[in-house]
Amino acid sequence: MKILVTVKRVPDPETVIKIGPDGAGIVTDNVKWVINPFDEIAIEEALRIKEKVSGTEVVLVSIGQKTSQEQLRTGLAMGADRAILVLTDASLEPLAVARVLQKVADGEKPDVILMGKQAIDDDSNCAGQMLAELLGWPQATFASKVELGGDQKSVKVTREVDGGLETDAMPLPAVITADLRLNEPRYASLPGIMKARKKELKEISVADLGVDVAPKVKIVKLETPPKRTGGRKVASVQELVQVLHNEAKVI
Amino acid sequence: MGNVLVVAEHQHGKFPKTTLAGLAAGKQLAGLVGGKCIGVVLGQGVDALANELAEYGVDVVAVDDAKLAHYLADAYTNALAELVKQKGADAVVATATAMGKDLLPRLAARLGAGMASDVTGIVDASTFKRLMWAGNVIATVKVEATPRVVSVRATAFDAAAKDGAKGTVETAALGGGETKVQFVEFAETKSDRPVLTEASIVVSGGRGLKNGENFGTYLEPLCDALGAAMGASRAAVDAGFVPNDLQVGQTGKVVAPTLYIAVGISGAIQHLAGMKDSKVIVAINKDEEAPIFQIADYGLVADLFKAVPELTEEVKKLKGA
Repeated sequence: MKILVTVKRVPDPETVIKIGPDGAGIVTDNVKWVINPFDEIAIEEALRIKEKVSGTEVVLVSIGQKTSQEQLRTGLAMGADRAILVLTDASLEPLAVARVLQKVADGEKPDVILMGKQAIDDDSNCAGQMLAELLGWPQATFASKVELGGDQKSVKVTREVDGGLETDAMPLPAVITADLRLNEPRYASLPGIMKARKKELKEISVADLGVDVAPKVKIVKLETPPKRTGGRKVASVQELVQVLHNEAKVI
Repeated sequence: MGNVLVVAEHQHGKFPKTTLAGLAAGKQLAGLVGGKCIGVVLGQGVDALANELAEYGVDVVAVDDAKLAHYLADAYTNALAELVKQKGADAVVATATAMGKDLLPRLAARLGAGMASDVTGIVDASTFKRLMWAGNVIATVKVEATPRVVSVRATAFDAAAKDGAKGTVETAALGGGETKVQFVEFAETKSDRPVLTEASIVVSGGRGLKNGENFGTYLEPLCDALGAAMGASRAAVDAGFVPNDLQVGQTGKVVAPTLYIAVGISGAIQHLAGMKDSKVIVAINKDEEAPIFQIADYGLVADLFKAVPELTEEVKKLKGA
């Protein structure tokens, strides 16, 4: 079977984000860039399926500038087979991302598309659901367990929803988005890194795909939220209870 | 044109507070658009719910169908897309719960709509505020195409009240249509404590708790003494101490209770994104350099394994007095 996994280049989650002087984006100097953590979980899940189902091919796809090669190489070093980079200088909104991915999926014809549930930069949590709709495929978001059917024609997915865990079954092809507890991603091994250099990384441009990526949503401005300032330290549990009761009046 | 549809999620025959926050956002948007706010209740046997929703002063459409008994993204998308056409809707609003997050992007793609997700403020009929980069940036975004699809953050809107004249209730003859997904089961997390997103007091534990058992031994008695919901940091979920359902943060739940007590939580950026709008924040941590103290109203530098049982006893004394 073939699994397509999406990979987004994002600032490291521990980065302190600052808005740039033009107010249109963030300061990217000295930012460490990583694979979106949820995408890393998606890659790991694809690799685990590959280890179980012989003949499985794992194809990575990213959309962005040439610099995204770095994250794709990391994914290849983890064990993916090849990668596609769709080049664009624009920052695409989720629906445009889904349209680009739809074209890629039309060409690749994967059985499963694995994605992170959200990218930790724009925090939209939309692209996977949109892609499933555009393809007319079923979706299983927020996955914490993926069980492939014996015939590899269906999948059972346990999903992290409000108040518990929901399990849904669906035929393949399907779009699955990974939540935190799905797995713990592996690190790339040294031999993996060596091998990754020789793996195929194909570049195409958004223009080549002939997709309409014109924005429907425009960012008008970016602001820094008001900073919450700390209060004071209390010396004891007794003092804490006393201030919460008499001063803050919350208990 | 100009109507705003609000998808009213229900659980156990009730509308949770999160739904009422979404309804308030829908009413506000309808006012700005100059149209009507219409509540939509989807499910099986939802007459009573539809009638209750109308008491919030909105007209209600009930979509009653066996195929909608369990929420499934594709079936709900079919029904809602049809309803958007029938009602000439300009916008569809729902709260960004697990269901809202799953459903609205799919609907937006079906409609070719512009979408703003997890919105924290409505500026005008087409302009919204939302947070990016773990709450470190507030973006003002203009959704230029209609229809617009908007998911809203529950903590950013006050729950709608039962006011105004009771709205009308109609039943739409729309099926769920084709669905490729089969609902298998729902394993509910049973708890007598308040729901995390509704509680006025939340006590959260972090990696400092050391293991899952300690959540039961130390945190649960404090939660019970305070009538609080229990939460956790991503680090505690990552370490397998507690289920992900308890996670507070950028990639978990966003809460804004009156009192938030962070126990053994260092205060990573992604955790703060989920709780920094709480009214009063208390931090208990043995590391006085922990970043959580920079935003806590009251900080106690202490060993949680001593301080938490003591706090539980003090709270019990206070409540007993």
